[in-house]
Amino acid sequence: MGDHQPVTDWTTDFDPTDDVWAADPYPIWEELRESCPIAHTDRYGGAWLPTRFDDVAAISYDTERFTSRNVIMSEFRPPVQFAPEGIAPPITSDPPYHQDARRMLLPIFSPQAINRLEPATRAYCEELVDAVRGHDVVDAAEQYAQHIPVRVIAEMLGLPESDADIFRGFVNHVIEGVALPLEQRAEGMVELFQYLLAHIEDHVANPRDDLITFLLESELHGEKLEPFDVARTIALLLIAGIDTTWSAIGAALWHLAGTPADRERLVAEPQLLPTAMEELLRAYAPVTMARLVKEDMEWNGCPMKVNDWVLLPFPSANRDPDAFDRPDDVIIDRQVNRHATFGLGIHRCLGSHLARMELRVALEVWLEAFPTFDLADPAAVRWSAGQVRGPRTLPIRVIDRRHTS
Amino acid sequence: MKVRVDRDCCEGHGRCYAIAPALFEPDEIGESREIGDGAVPSDQENRARLAVANCPEQAITIEES
Repeated sequence: MGDHQPVTDWTTDFDPTDDVWAADPYPIWEELRESCPIAHTDRYGGAWLPTRFDDVAAISYDTERFTSRNVIMSEFRPPVQFAPEGIAPPITSDPPYHQDARRMLLPIFSPQAINRLEPATRAYCEELVDAVRGHDVVDAAEQYAQHIPVRVIAEMLGLPESDADIFRGFVNHVIEGVALPLEQRAEGMVELFQYLLAHIEDHVANPRDDLITFLLESELHGEKLEPFDVARTIALLLIAGIDTTWSAIGAALWHLAGTPADRERLVAEPQLLPTAMEELLRAYAPVTMARLVKEDMEWNGCPMKVNDWVLLPFPSANRDPDAFDRPDDVIIDRQVNRHATFGLGIHRCLGSHLARMELRVALEVWLEAFPTFDLADPAAVRWSAGQVRGPRTLPIRVIDRRHTS
Repeated sequence: MKVRVDRDCCEGHGRCYAIAPALFEPDEIGESREIGDGAVPSDQENRARLAVANCPEQAITIEES
């Protein structure tokens, strides 16, 4: 993605948009954890990459010295005046503002609230499976995984499902378009906000039972939210809710397609799924977050400068042998699994209960429909580049249970 | 045995109430609290230990009696 030069030295010139990283970043992180646990790059105006669990955790917890003003590394650093709200609160907010902005949203994403979305999610998944029945090869990323979070989040927010392609365009722009020139990146953001503001205005005129109306009626610090404030938070939920979960579902199916023993065991022991899911989430954590350094300082021997980026590669932390036994083995009945897939500390993924519900239902429905499947063409699998990693092309050969029974 | 959730540390990952729903429950924002006085029936002791071992924020403690 973009026009960056290929990386030749991962310790001094890393880049998460590099093709090698996108295809398989795990060997890169393993090497760095051993030889250079906090790597640096001059790209993006200067950035650091801690790869060990303890460092990733320490920075996640340290909201005094690292700001969330922007959490996606690109050439664009929002001015300090954007703090404490940031562009898309609460993910881009710092304390103490962060707590209230997050508190407003937490009840909507509580496990109790998410449980109510399960029947509709299951129905979507069954529809998607029915649509590909009879095909020998299904692209599990394009024809299955990607649709699930789009439909769930669109309905939750109150945006038309038929705009799915538009949402995916925004997501792709925000997350994978980080290497684009600043102007082009800004244009995409303007388009996103114009789109959202049009729908928000419509909700002002015609309130309904969805998240946009809920936010329009919410108060923060005694004041109603303005349409632009609502747009910022809806932008976050739209961007954060789609390709993250899409990636988690795709990566889980990719693993099961390539590991018959695990697939067979899950088909035989469906009650193992919640435990197995945590292991798949650990081993293939989709999300790497970013922070900005607040002021010049030495951190763990690194001369960090104000406005340097710091990446928080949770998937690398989850493979640290100091934190996990046999970290590179996927052990689907792993009992002790304190993974950091949804982040650590005050920015714990707001949508984690939603993501888990979608992942569980997506896997249950798929395994029920297609208990036997494998990778149709392992070389054709393509993974996304950047800070959210998951399969974007995933051809899977399926054997329909109805045809074999 | 008793379990206790440090409510200042809990960030609502929900691993404990998924692993040990007889011992922990979510509040209205998804953060965890122990059920009742946190007393752990003997057949739940293993789950109590797993909840501790899986909490990403290390917010759960066990008091052995």
